[in-house]
Amino acid sequence: MTEQVRIRPRNRVLAWVEERLPILSFTASHTTGYYAPKNFNVMYYFGSLALLVLVNQIVTGIFLTMNYNPSAAGAFASVEYIMRDVEWGWLIRYMHEVGASMFFIVVYLHMFRGLMYGSYKEPRELVWLLGMLIFLTLMAEAFMGYVLPWGNMSFWGAKVIISLFSAIPVVGNTVVNWIMGDFLPADATLNRFFALHVVALPLVLLLLVVLHLAALHEVGSNNPDGVEIKQKKGPDGHPLDGIPFHPYYTVKDLFGVGVFLIICAFIIFFEPTVGGWFLEHDNFIPANNLVTPAEIKPVWYFTPFYAILRVIPSKGLGVIALLCSIVVLFLVPWLDRGKVKSIRYRGTGYKVALAIFAIVFVLLGSIGAGKTTEWIPEIFGPNADLTFIENTFGRILTILYFGYFAFLWAYTYFGWEKTRPVPDRVTVVQH
Amino acid sequence: MRIFKSLLIALVLLSFTSLAVAEESPYPNANTGIGDKASLQRGAKLFFNYCVGCHSLKYLRYSRMAADLGLTEQQVMDNLDFTGAKFGDPIVSAMPETDAEKWFGKAPPDLSLEVRAKGANWVSAYLHSFYLDPARPVGWNNTVFPNASMPFPLWELQGVQTAVMAPAKPGEEPTVEKLEIKQPGSMDSVEYAQAVRDLVSFLQYASEPAAMQRTAMGAWVLIYLALFTFIAFILKKEYWKDVH
Repeated sequence: MTEQVRIRPRNRVLAWVEERLPILSFTASHTTGYYAPKNFNVMYYFGSLALLVLVNQIVTGIFLTMNYNPSAAGAFASVEYIMRDVEWGWLIRYMHEVGASMFFIVVYLHMFRGLMYGSYKEPRELVWLLGMLIFLTLMAEAFMGYVLPWGNMSFWGAKVIISLFSAIPVVGNTVVNWIMGDFLPADATLNRFFALHVVALPLVLLLLVVLHLAALHEVGSNNPDGVEIKQKKGPDGHPLDGIPFHPYYTVKDLFGVGVFLIICAFIIFFEPTVGGWFLEHDNFIPANNLVTPAEIKPVWYFTPFYAILRVIPSKGLGVIALLCSIVVLFLVPWLDRGKVKSIRYRGTGYKVALAIFAIVFVLLGSIGAGKTTEWIPEIFGPNADLTFIENTFGRILTILYFGYFAFLWAYTYFGWEKTRPVPDRVTVVQH
Repeated sequence: MRIFKSLLIALVLLSFTSLAVAEESPYPNANTGIGDKASLQRGAKLFFNYCVGCHSLKYLRYSRMAADLGLTEQQVMDNLDFTGAKFGDPIVSAMPETDAEKWFGKAPPDLSLEVRAKGANWVSAYLHSFYLDPARPVGWNNTVFPNASMPFPLWELQGVQTAVMAPAKPGEEPTVEKLEIKQPGSMDSVEYAQAVRDLVSFLQYASEPAAMQRTAMGAWVLIYLALFTFIAFILKKEYWKDVH
């Protein structure tokens, strides 16, 4: 929660500015004046890391834009030009490419943290909703960014994903052609995706991030105990369990940044494609509308949702399920009627359900990434009916995915949950 | 405790990365690498003697290759430039694309990114797997890439292989059981394997020249970041002393 701090600079120029535009007071109120619970654990690093990656994507993106050519004829070659002829171009491109995947890793962990500690519950529903909007925008941003290098997987990925809109009744095909500006992903598609990727969506993202933080600072951060720290204030008016974000959490996050950068640097310098997971092999082949890749699959971060689409036989139903799998996440604050926030004090049913949900998400991802097509012959023998086993397995997982939310509602609505008493104050591990 | 947990997370992330990287390849490990300059130079020699007649490396410049492989401009222009290209030009085949399409049905692909697209193991296996097949238009076939339209230019090195067919199951096409050298080439199998390793290593270099720079500086970046993280850690400890 933010406390208003008034800065009165001695320097006369600064004082003059501050009287007219209280920018120092604003900054102080949101750093030294922002009291955060003192018991954050490792799951609380990912918010600031997401911000770091966002800055990285914007800065490296600007430099990529200087040499990228958004045309079907020139895009692929211009990316190789960046990789080979532009000074430090390879580093900037790898930072951007690895950054995109790392963005989703930290965002997924950040969202999972929210589920673990009930950070979406009153009074933080809007923080969650704005976060979900950020996630949605990020998906669009990542998808369009993936099309820009105009490799063969860019082309076919774009074709498959855009064609999902043809599931819309009556006007579907018209919408698809309207989005592409052509009958196939082509120059027009690439040009508009470039505009959206580098101008429109980053602006939306930045605005949403500002709102996400503003909403958070209004209500204050949750913590691993799910205790509202502002209910227990000391004589000085500060929460007893709160510490100023700056310097305590800035210096702590600095350490987190260090660990995170070591991981990123290791990937960037020694394995920038991550064996085809971050940069797919087929994307080193230029876009070709006559040659379909052996298997069209999205980058790893879309695979859980893609799997839900793939295992449902009807295209229309598949698209609806895909849409629902994301929309249902928006509804979590209202599906979960439980009063206890943190998993530490929630019922066993919740703990088990969340663990299953996490495993289901990863397994769905392995289907979407085509991993099960390798595993099934190994497990069931080469003559097994691959499609049947994969679809059955995938549909069970899809039911479990949605089942988590149904369970969450029933479990809390009918009062089946046996919670443990929540302490008055946050608990801190002594070390 | 907190530190322990962060290290644990880092380890889990790293192990996921290594798991992802250690994907199984269906082809034997080609043992290629870009660390050995002499091997890369031999590979370049093979490429310019046997491949560049049809295949380009259009994203690689002669000058860049010279600098990275430790060759002088004179050496490259005298020995490797057969098309009259300038030193700063990209490596483009002399074969006109329209003619190539007429001759082979499909223009030979540019090989700048072949290793990144298919993997070094695939390219290496491909170059080991040509055999005589009179049924094909150019007389050659390949077990790794069946019905490839490419004739085998390295036959005088490896020799000429023929296929030993497995007995066909009823109603199915016969499959190749193994390949045998029918007419030996100028190299024995060990020498040929080394030649292919050199050539594929060169193509691996060509597919990502920046790999030389990134691996050379990566260790230093990691050392710097480790130092930074350590200082951040003791700074955090110092500040957090008064939090109880």
